[in-house]
Amino acid sequence: MAQVFHPSTNTLSKVSIFGGVFFVLGALWLVDELNRSPYVTQAGVVRAQPVAFGHKHHVAGLGIDCRYCHTSVEEAAFAGIPSTKTCMTCHSQIWTEAPMLEPVREAFRSDASIAWTRVHDLPDFAYFDHSIHLAKGVGCSTCHGPVDQMPLAWREHSLNMEWCIECHREPERFVRPPSEVFNMDYEPAQPQSELGPALVRELHIKGRTNCSACHR
Amino acid sequence: MSRERSLRWCGPLLLSALCATGCRQDMHDQPKGEPMEASAFFADGRVARPLVEGVVARGELDLDPHLSTGKVGGKHVETFPFAIDAAALERGRERYGIFCAPCHDAAGLGEGMIVQRGMKRPPSLHIERLRAAPVGYYFDVISNGFGAMYDYADRIRVEDRWKIIAYVRALQLSQNATLGDAPADERARLEAQ
Repeated sequence: MAQVFHPSTNTLSKVSIFGGVFFVLGALWLVDELNRSPYVTQAGVVRAQPVAFGHKHHVAGLGIDCRYCHTSVEEAAFAGIPSTKTCMTCHSQIWTEAPMLEPVREAFRSDASIAWTRVHDLPDFAYFDHSIHLAKGVGCSTCHGPVDQMPLAWREHSLNMEWCIECHREPERFVRPPSEVFNMDYEPAQPQSELGPALVRELHIKGRTNCSACHR
Repeated sequence: MSRERSLRWCGPLLLSALCATGCRQDMHDQPKGEPMEASAFFADGRVARPLVEGVVARGELDLDPHLSTGKVGGKHVETFPFAIDAAALERGRERYGIFCAPCHDAAGLGEGMIVQRGMKRPPSLHIERLRAAPVGYYFDVISNGFGAMYDYADRIRVEDRWKIIAYVRALQLSQNATLGDAPADERARLEAQ
């Protein structure tokens, strides 16, 4: 009786066994990469907004402090989106005819809300509080990136858990003196390898990594 | 046989991997309201609810009109409602820098960046009328606005408004100080310049 299988099927069977493993690993790798890519995390992706508000113009150009608009950032979990009245504090006098600002004026007249597109939205199962991070020396730009250089805002980092935990495990690599947290051009005055551990001791930074610190 | 088995595993693995990326939004965006989120439930489309009329929020009970209005008996007060120390002045300096300096500028001359960009120029804080104005007047202006200036009642806490006023007083002193006002050691340094 003739051979049922041609000798080459020996090779085929070996390739399919090993190939199957690589195929599965490859698929998992692909999914992992996809999950970390800007396609999913939206990191670095400029968001369209109802009004083309430029942080670059207002912060770097005019020198307005973060807290002029984000008033609750030092005392609350939520940094605060400025009310339309805050916009109109200046724009009732400046650029009063600009078509670009018509949605702002319209919202002010009608007491409606401007439906801004949220740039940083943590998952609802993660607890986050701005005030404690500022009090412990985490600067705005540490998480939000160079906001003062963003014509339209984007999310600088992935907001993935691995990104949060990177700092919670080793806060000494990232913290700065609390007096410098709003400084967008901050450079450590001494090497971070000396400054960081000193700040961690001085400010009693715990860098909590237990699950319930964030998933509470 | 082996090929068949590896294929049998591939399907579910790939499917679960795809599910892990595809089915995430329910837990990420739970039906609870986050601050200032849009709401499909309330008629005005906002999660944030206005206070029912007559409600006094915690910490907002108005027991001391001197502190909360800067007026007693309809007249602007001449004194601060609490003692001003160095820490209060420092806090005032910081808040002045955030909320006032964009128009009034760091020295209070009214030449701030927003004024340079077309905002109506405020008077210098160093003119005679404002130097003579009682502190309660400043509190009134910060809390209720004046002329082109909107009120800052929703942005600056009551205590911080008073601390800003204390810093404005310090600015007014500094702009009209003489060499004789400086402490002896500072005077020596200034004279050397």
